Amino acid sequence: MELFTNQVLAGIATGAIYACMALAVVMIYQAIDHLNFAQGEMAMFSTFLSWQMMQWGMPYWGAFVLTLALSFAGGILIERLLFKPLAKAPVLTNVAGFIALYGIINSFAGLIWDFTIKQYPTPFGSSPFLGSQLISTHQAGMIGVTVLLLILLFIFFQYTRIGLAMRAAAALPESARLVGINTSWMIALGWGMAAAIGSIAGMLIAPVVFLEPNMMLGVLIYGFAAAVLGGLTSPLGAVVGGFLVGVFENLAGTYIPGVGNELKLPIALALIITVLVFKPAGLFGRPIVKRV
Amino acid sequence: MSAVDDVVTEAPAVEAVPKRAMTLGLGTSLVMLAALLLVPLFVKNFVIFQLTMLLIYGIAVLALNILTGGSGQFSLGQSAFYAVGAYTSAILMEHANMNYALTLPIAGVICFGFGYLFGKPALRLSGVYLALATFALATAMPQILKLGFFEHWTGGVQGLVVTKPDAPELVQSVLSLAQLKAMSQDMWLYYFTLAISIGIYIASINLLRSRSGRAFMAIRDNEIAASAMGVNVALYKTLAFGVSAGITGVAGGLGAIAVQFVAPDGYTILLAISLFLGMVVGGVGWLPGSLVGSAFIIFVPNIAESISKGLSGAVFGVLLFLVIFLVPHGARQVAMVAQNLLGKLTKK
Amino acid sequence: MTAMLNVKDLRAYYGQVQALHGLSFALNEGSLTTLLGANGAGKTTTLRAICNMVRSTGAIEFEGKPLSGRSTENVVRLGIAHVPQGRGTFTTMTVEENLQLGAITRTDRKNIVDDIERMYAHFPVLKERYTQQAGTLSGGEQQMLAVARALMLRPRLMLLDEPSFGLAPLIVRDLFKILGKINREDKVTILVVEQNAQLALELADQAYVIETGRIVMSGNAKEIANNEDIRKSYLGY
Repeated sequence: MELFTNQVLAGIATGAIYACMALAVVMIYQAIDHLNFAQGEMAMFSTFLSWQMMQWGMPYWGAFVLTLALSFAGGILIERLLFKPLAKAPVLTNVAGFIALYGIINSFAGLIWDFTIKQYPTPFGSSPFLGSQLISTHQAGMIGVTVLLLILLFIFFQYTRIGLAMRAAAALPESARLVGINTSWMIALGWGMAAAIGSIAGMLIAPVVFLEPNMMLGVLIYGFAAAVLGGLTSPLGAVVGGFLVGVFENLAGTYIPGVGNELKLPIALALIITVLVFKPAGLFGRPIVKRV
Repeated sequence: MSAVDDVVTEAPAVEAVPKRAMTLGLGTSLVMLAALLLVPLFVKNFVIFQLTMLLIYGIAVLALNILTGGSGQFSLGQSAFYAVGAYTSAILMEHANMNYALTLPIAGVICFGFGYLFGKPALRLSGVYLALATFALATAMPQILKLGFFEHWTGGVQGLVVTKPDAPELVQSVLSLAQLKAMSQDMWLYYFTLAISIGIYIASINLLRSRSGRAFMAIRDNEIAASAMGVNVALYKTLAFGVSAGITGVAGGLGAIAVQFVAPDGYTILLAISLFLGMVVGGVGWLPGSLVGSAFIIFVPNIAESISKGLSGAVFGVLLFLVIFLVPHGARQVAMVAQNLLGKLTKK
Repeated sequence: MTAMLNVKDLRAYYGQVQALHGLSFALNEGSLTTLLGANGAGKTTTLRAICNMVRSTGAIEFEGKPLSGRSTENVVRLGIAHVPQGRGTFTTMTVEENLQLGAITRTDRKNIVDDIERMYAHFPVLKERYTQQAGTLSGGEQQMLAVARALMLRPRLMLLDEPSFGLAPLIVRDLFKILGKINREDKVTILVVEQNAQLALELADQAYVIETGRIVMSGNAKEIANNEDIRKSYLGY
């Protein structure tokens, strides 16, 4: 029993990573109704930018804030330049665009900073949290920041005018235009916010998985899975989903025989899909009623 | 979080290809056929090998076109079916000494079953959820192939070496009677693959034009309406998965023979993503485009690497963007524009 | 009186299919006009063309400003509110949020709060349900909400697409009474598209009848209502 609780707790700790990424995924899904495969790469690139700034002597929090701002701007720029032209193209073509973006960002990161692993600092330190062997202060910090982000997003969407406008644009774009909302810019804003949130995720994750161009692939997949599990329309679901995915992953690795590191991913995905077969809209998602 | 459901009136995620645009015109088809028949006679063996791979990936992309373009189901998992087909052929050839040609229908049938079985639980999933499920399948496959449990058959991480077949005696004797050079292994394999490709292409076009094909497309365009009209949605969806997997399995088998080698890391998610890109570049649902898509995924990465070794991924991405900006609907769009132009010219 | 809305030779297309074949009409400021016609005649298309929601050619001028080339949201920002067919309510948001969305382009914070109160005065049932999800309201209530939301824009021109659709006759009567009040007291020019010709003609000053993308009849609403031939040929009663 003690092993079980330990693994669950450890899973929650690692799950904070996925929860953070899942928030960014849901953010962009709300804006554009698609999953952006390049989001992990954007987060990785942002993290490298912050690392570079620190190499040049900038203090941690200065680099953090500047990276946040640059990521926000970068997200908007990418959307305006690369995806606005594809707005009328079929969905699958947009997906091909995400894949292309992935290749471009990954390649550039590799060229600029090469593929050797780098250390990335954490502002929270890495001593045991409250004496526990399972959660470090950094992991506790991650959980705290993720929860804080969630609260900020909730306030943004529920209590600000622009949050209301974004919700409207995502829910019913045509009606949103009929009240004067520029839905095209709402999409750009969604991209910017998703890029910013992604950069936070990257900067929190890098101390744990170490900084290198391919660091986000596994995280992104788990992030997608967590977002889907939680219900793509629910930020709360994304966070809960992230923690659950962390727990699943850990339990699968501990209790299912023969599951080495490589099989953890497909098994975690399989568990999630099983949940989806019974609850197709995810745990917290609104059931979607389709009108013929 | 709320009591009110999201009511969605959805446009189909996969757009329809108009019926008359589904195939190339007779003239163009004959020209293509002539080119495919004659080109290998003038090029070196390595190029013939590349052309064979072109056909093989073309078959795999075609299978995906039937699944996504035909029945509207997303799949990022075709590499799994390709791998099963490849290993089936390899194992039958190397452990059971079976003739290579016989292994292909067996690979096809096994993969059909596999695809059909996968299609069943996937029935409740669609769109992004189905993509995730197929993605899981694709990432799991290389690991499953490496499992110690199967190692006796699969050769584990090392994989299996496959013997390349010679051209059959009959062909060689006919050639020597006509005082022509004996046919190389590569060339024989090319024509063998070509014959199979043509057969699959024609069968697929007929499938899409048949009642089953119409059922697929009804499901793609509006699943609820289709079931209200009496289409057995569950049957056709799983059938589409089965057919697509079966064809991909045949491609996999041919691939194993052509490359002379199967190994788990040759069938990763990267293959599945490439096939997906091939489908988009060729034009989703447009079967003739499969060959164009295949050419894209075989040759453009090489071009990208020759332009810049360090940035090959970025160059590939840029080229891909160029293609989708210019022709968001893929090669089908190019064909339509060409057809319109020709129409205008001939009218004068 | 100069015309507030001037439509000249409007042709509209859905893909390759032409839906409007050269429509021309004008709306005077302060008028209440109804656009009548059978299903598929092009009434909805006309309203959508004004808001640039459909591909069209021709000249549309609002208060002297040309509308072509503007995005839908920019047309709306000029002061044209459009209550679409099916109402376009944000069903997952509350009644009050729907009203706030109507005013989302306005910057005068205090007046918005006052306007919401005025909407509750026009439509008391909305006040009762102001924290409810809009999707849980009845058809009639959602229609009132849609009109109220449009009014939150403080529009100079309001376009309504079949507001009576799916509503019981008594509710339609009430709704039309309110529309009349808004037209007279708040000085909002109104263009109402309707299939229910009888009620619409009672409400309106001017009427146009459209058939297969062309205007076939125009004039004073009372005269058209009293003209039995016209009623029988074009309006079905």
